[in-house]
Amino acid sequence: MSDELINLTIDGVPVSVPKGTLVIEAAKQAGVLVPHYCYHPGLPVAGVCRMCLVEIEKQPKLAISCATQAAEGMVVNTQSAAAKSARTGVLEFLLINHPLDCPICDQAGECELQDFTFQEGRAGTRYSPDYPKRFNPVEDFGPDVLYVPNRCILCTRCVRFMEDVAQEPVLNVSERGDRAYIGVHPETRLDHPWAGNVVDLCPVGSLLSKDFLHKARAWELDKTASVCTGCSQGCNVTLDTRENVVVRVRPRPNLEVNRYFICDHGRMNYRWMNRGDRIEAPLVRRGGELHATDWQDAFERVTTMLRGAGPRVVALASPRASTEALFFARELFRGLDWTGAFQVVMGEEASLAGVPDLALRAERAPNGRGAELLGYGRDYAAALAAAESAAVVLVLDEPDIPVRTAGALIYAGTVLPERARDAEVVLPIVNVAEEDGSFVNRDGRVQRYAQAKPAPGMARPGWWVFSELGAALGHGEPVGSAAEAFERVAQAIDALRGLSYEQLGFLGKVAAAPVAV
Amino acid sequence: MGYPHKPHPKETVLLSRYFGEADARTYKGWVKRGGYAALEQARAMEPARVVDIVKESGLRGRGGAGFPTGLKWSFMPKEKKKPHYLCVNADESEPGTFKDREIMRWTPHALLEGTAIAAHAIQAEVAYIYIRGEFTEPLAIMDKALTDARSAGVFGNLKIHLHRGAGAYICGEETALMNSIEGKRGNPRIKPPFPAAAGVFGMPTTINNVETLAAVPHILTKGAAWYKGLSLASPKSTGTKLFSVCGHVQHPANYEVTMGFPLKDLVYELCGGMRPGRTLKACIPGGSSVPILDRAETESCLLDYEGVVERGSMLGSGGVIVFDDSTDMVYQIMRLARFYAHESCAQCTQCREGTAWTTKILERILAGQGKTADLDLLLDLSENMTGKTICVLSDSCAAPVVSGIKKFRSEFEDYIAGRRKPVMVA
Repeated sequence: MSDELINLTIDGVPVSVPKGTLVIEAAKQAGVLVPHYCYHPGLPVAGVCRMCLVEIEKQPKLAISCATQAAEGMVVNTQSAAAKSARTGVLEFLLINHPLDCPICDQAGECELQDFTFQEGRAGTRYSPDYPKRFNPVEDFGPDVLYVPNRCILCTRCVRFMEDVAQEPVLNVSERGDRAYIGVHPETRLDHPWAGNVVDLCPVGSLLSKDFLHKARAWELDKTASVCTGCSQGCNVTLDTRENVVVRVRPRPNLEVNRYFICDHGRMNYRWMNRGDRIEAPLVRRGGELHATDWQDAFERVTTMLRGAGPRVVALASPRASTEALFFARELFRGLDWTGAFQVVMGEEASLAGVPDLALRAERAPNGRGAELLGYGRDYAAALAAAESAAVVLVLDEPDIPVRTAGALIYAGTVLPERARDAEVVLPIVNVAEEDGSFVNRDGRVQRYAQAKPAPGMARPGWWVFSELGAALGHGEPVGSAAEAFERVAQAIDALRGLSYEQLGFLGKVAAAPVAV
Repeated sequence: MGYPHKPHPKETVLLSRYFGEADARTYKGWVKRGGYAALEQARAMEPARVVDIVKESGLRGRGGAGFPTGLKWSFMPKEKKKPHYLCVNADESEPGTFKDREIMRWTPHALLEGTAIAAHAIQAEVAYIYIRGEFTEPLAIMDKALTDARSAGVFGNLKIHLHRGAGAYICGEETALMNSIEGKRGNPRIKPPFPAAAGVFGMPTTINNVETLAAVPHILTKGAAWYKGLSLASPKSTGTKLFSVCGHVQHPANYEVTMGFPLKDLVYELCGGMRPGRTLKACIPGGSSVPILDRAETESCLLDYEGVVERGSMLGSGGVIVFDDSTDMVYQIMRLARFYAHESCAQCTQCREGTAWTTKILERILAGQGKTADLDLLLDLSENMTGKTICVLSDSCAAPVVSGIKKFRSEFEDYIAGRRKPVMVA
């Protein structure tokens, strides 16, 4: 697309768009959503649903706005009688073979066929109830995808995703005419590591996630902007919660990071957010046993421990912790001989062929880069060795760490593993779904995530716990919000200087300076 | 035409002159009849000159759309930056049309010569002749002719490939044909881009019908002016045209007449008129995709692009289907709709669902279970199916329905009112 601007009018609203912009995209700028099914900005244009027909002055026929480029002086009318009647006609055709089983369909409430039918469909059908509807049984396409052919409107988004984006063309349109259906290659399954996106792309309830099947109605869901913790890519996601339980993870468009997609690993990486065996109160060791206590008591234990301790301290932090928590956890040990380290779990890399720089990364950690920025190192073995003779060891949400120390162990985490029972103090913190915070992805992009559900019991965000402790040690005022916490981080860390929570917005910002490691 | 009977005096035999002569199929036989002289003549000219000659001749596409051939050739990029392709549409599948089959069966070299001339004109180094899958005999004949002419070295650097279709009507649509050649599903493509910009394999492509290309050698040897002079009515329609006549006439066959020839004479004289005791009821003049003409329209229709449009239909591919007074128009229209429902590629919603729905309604009317509202519904569905899809298959289904209801409404009403015995539709 060039810099040259094209001026056109859509439903009376003048807009200027770069040359090459499609009318359907230009319409969005004019505040007009042209109803459509087959068009998707992340896929090649198919122009088959014929739903986005609009009237363009001086053109003899209605045009599909998804395949028509904006032209200088073009006058587009999406609401003319001819355009509306054509779209009503398409909706009627789409519905004649549709089972209208919305009450048992997972898509109901977020179904584009429902939405546009309410908007401009006919009130009744002219298709005689005597005619049979097309019927094909439900098909098991892959590990997480079911195909319900009766609901399919053959928009081919799924076919184009597999062909052009995943570049593993295992889906097609089989048969012809009204017998057509989406076919899967007879010798393969829809098991590409990014295959789950076809469920999001499907505008109706034809491709369903087995994981989400019959879990919730769309209108019961609360949606929260978040960042995937599955790997270091930092894909933007939406956490869907139902009564404070995360039930689904879906991609949130961010053209700079993940476009419109997430991988199946990330999609399925949410059940731990709902764990029931959480630490709900601070614990302190008394008479060889851990006892629940209040925050005041726990803070006093920690400050006493730190004031009387020798100079060597070690922090073993999780690369899934927020930048804010990692920062204040380090600040706690200001003036001491501090070693911080983190460990990254490695897995198989799985790229999405059609999108450059997008992959499920081998490093399964959302904030390794953030930890590095804050001075945590990758030499985990050395840190573990140092821990053995350290005066104080802080373990930040790493329940499986084989830590041994002659000094005092502080464990801050979400769950309490057997090993952590040696700790002097246990501080309950929240998980990613329960706090506001930020991660720095592998490319240095700082991205915010928001709180999707309440924290259990007395658990608090890591930044709150460590900033309160820091204040108790006389390191200055504690912070009251994630935004304030980030402000402190940005003041202290060169690479993040000048950034604010507000600026980061929903899409994040790349750290100003290249990160020296 | 010369096969299966001697030419009628009112025919103008140009393309069909050697139909029935087995010797004309051979390379030597063709050369003896003056074949490949036009190709040599064309090769001696600048490509642009050949385009101009064809432009001057007024030749228009014989596949159905009637687009001026020379103009189409001139759309190819002047400056050649990518390979150019020529596609020959020999996927003759339009119900009622069987002219290209005869050209390939009897005068395969005429098509090859026209192909080579067109390829020279558009500077194509590769030509694909896409032959309908069911045409096993024409394919064998074309294959032999191609081998012979190739060994005689007449094509120079031009590579001609025969590509056999696999039985889908839609592959006769030019962009679906290109997808099919590429090995993809035969789905029509959105235009633009037009084939001259991005056709087969994304390269500049010209696609022409068999009959169009078979006429080209005659234009070169006899001159554009001569060809232009072959016109009985509108000067915008020139040359001769093969009409495939089928249905209730005495002598169904291909007939070659000059543009502007009266349809009445074609039916009553050349074809020997209706069967004994029968009268003409209706006629589809241009293959199944065009509106139906009633008797008065048929008898006053001149067979050229403008003349047929004047009567409310289209010249199309020249497949003339004649119905006599014994015909059940409702049944005939249902059969046409069912054909389109079967052949819809399933891309566009209106076509995929509309053709099938139209068929169901027509079947129900025939079964005696129709409702009065069904006729308005059919017309409204047809309106929604016209001018709104990628290709014209959907429009083609609507055309006979709309014209049929308009001109033979009482037949539909007889079924609906129970005045006519229901037909069980298998």
